[in-house]
Amino acid sequence: MSVEAPNRALGDAGPTRPMESSATWPRADRVGLGLAWAAGMLLCVVAGAIVLYMLFRGLQYLSFELLVTRPEVANDQSRSGGFLDPIIGTLMLTVLGTIIAAPLGVAAAVWLSEYGRPSWLARLVESGIEVVAGTPSIVLAIFGLLIFSQPLFAFLSFTAEGNAVFGRSFLAAGAMISLIALPFVVGATREALNAIPSHVREASYALGKTKAATIRRVLLPAVRPGIGTGTALGMGRIAGDTAIPIALLGATLQLQAVDGPLGTLRGTGGTLTTYVYGNSPAGEGNAPEKAYAAAFVLLLVVVLLNFGVDLISRRRQVTSWTR
Amino acid sequence: MLGALACLVLLLIGTMVAMVLYTAWPSFRSNGLAWFGAGAPNQGQLDDIFNSPANPAAYQYELRAWPMIWGTLLTTAGAVAAALTISLLSAIFIVEFAPPRIKRVIEPVVRLLAAVPSVVYGLVGVLVLVPFVGNLLVSERRKAEVQYVVQLTGDSLLVAVLILTFMITPIMVAIMVDALRAVPRSWMEGSAALGVNRWRTIWKIGVRAARPAIVAGVVLATARAIGEAIMLAMVSGSWFAPNPLDGFTFLVEPTRPLAASIVFYLEGRTVPPLGQTLAAIAAVLLISSLFLSLAGWAAKQPLKRYGIV
Repeated sequence: MSVEAPNRALGDAGPTRPMESSATWPRADRVGLGLAWAAGMLLCVVAGAIVLYMLFRGLQYLSFELLVTRPEVANDQSRSGGFLDPIIGTLMLTVLGTIIAAPLGVAAAVWLSEYGRPSWLARLVESGIEVVAGTPSIVLAIFGLLIFSQPLFAFLSFTAEGNAVFGRSFLAAGAMISLIALPFVVGATREALNAIPSHVREASYALGKTKAATIRRVLLPAVRPGIGTGTALGMGRIAGDTAIPIALLGATLQLQAVDGPLGTLRGTGGTLTTYVYGNSPAGEGNAPEKAYAAAFVLLLVVVLLNFGVDLISRRRQVTSWTR
Repeated sequence: MLGALACLVLLLIGTMVAMVLYTAWPSFRSNGLAWFGAGAPNQGQLDDIFNSPANPAAYQYELRAWPMIWGTLLTTAGAVAAALTISLLSAIFIVEFAPPRIKRVIEPVVRLLAAVPSVVYGLVGVLVLVPFVGNLLVSERRKAEVQYVVQLTGDSLLVAVLILTFMITPIMVAIMVDALRAVPRSWMEGSAALGVNRWRTIWKIGVRAARPAIVAGVVLATARAIGEAIMLAMVSGSWFAPNPLDGFTFLVEPTRPLAASIVFYLEGRTVPPLGQTLAAIAAVLLISSLFLSLAGWAAKQPLKRYGIV
């Protein structure tokens, strides 16, 4: 029996490693090996099938016209327009959510990694972020409806007759949906901060910098790729979420601005996800061609955000701290 | 200052729990523990709640949520069991057996599966898998036999579990791969030096050492499965409590889990009793996911010793 030292497990499989043949293994082990291969291949096949199918349908139904015409309410699908408004809605919501989530997430991560005193509070905040990450978005949506219909938050949306606060607007949805991105920003930023060796901080202190200046001038610039990774992942999640836009954005076809300053932001609208949901057989529209086309655009956005993550994290490997 | 910002998270969770529970209280108070029990069909009950008289004293609250809870339990348990098998095997494959070329493909594939929005999964499910199940897997004879009890359209437990499995698999794979990679190399080499083959080494040493990660992965994936609303609303069908005694038909029976039910009645939430009932459903989801998240966080703690997660 071969006693070749298998030097795997750390991802540094040597270039010329003699492979141990599985032909001599007991049958149970060979079955296990076969199942492991099958599971790995299954994941590839499923992902490939989804992507290829969406690509096929997307190219079949997507036209430039759909991207630049506004949706209309119509039974006749030739007159129901395209999905310009949902695209703008997705953009606005993603930007809003990111603007809120990124600074908060970076602040929380810096505090957790660099200060973290008292430690019980740090542990509490850490588990709190896990809780936020684990809370279903439909529950966040219900919570958002409850809190943003309070008179205190009337400025975020419009007020109906009888002083009932509507509670549905881009601002309300953006505030709530930022919670989806927050854990990603915190996680990636903390990981990057922890990867910076302590001698870098000490060098900065030795030059007479304060802790705050060290964080601002040394650590934050160094973790910028990490922040970028987390933010891009979070943006992908925001763009792909459906429950919060359905509940908190009104899921209307067109963007409906209200009177007054920041009219569009305080108004209702829809996103690509609500458009897909609305046009699927489960929704009210039932126009599968348009749902496919919009879902293709949505998938493209999400995959591009993920691809962006790849680019950023590849660049990050260039930065290395030397002694 | 930064600490205060970080504590906002705690304040937020506190507000969320307090507010959802406070709003949900009338529904729980009026039903008592029977809220969780079985009884009349949920659709009729929720419609009655929606059509409550305007007088607060006459609000309807009666709800026996067991069919929805049963739906959540079935879809979650089915998907977690299937995903655990697939993800453990594929994590072993990725860490131990995948040739470098395949490894370069499969890692983005796992990330892609995690990134696909649930509405896209739902769309593929409702337009491809549901007609497939409805037209090909269920015979016309069987449909006719049960048509007075339930319509077998293809919106089914089977499709829901199938898609949910692939939605939660990436969560488990990511955690398990990290943990398997972090198993001390000397342990594996010690096993190999005793002449144990690669499969047994990873199975008996690697997987055992990574047990906390498997628990954490299962717990976090369960939280995700419980809260999935949109995809399940699209593919799982109407109100019914699938009965395991129905044999194969059990798999193709429709169900409507808790989270999906909220989506269906969202438009009616301005009716106060319905809004409170939806908050009660959300409260059940919130409390479950709260405990699961904390359990996942606790399960991850031993892993930090190895510097994973």
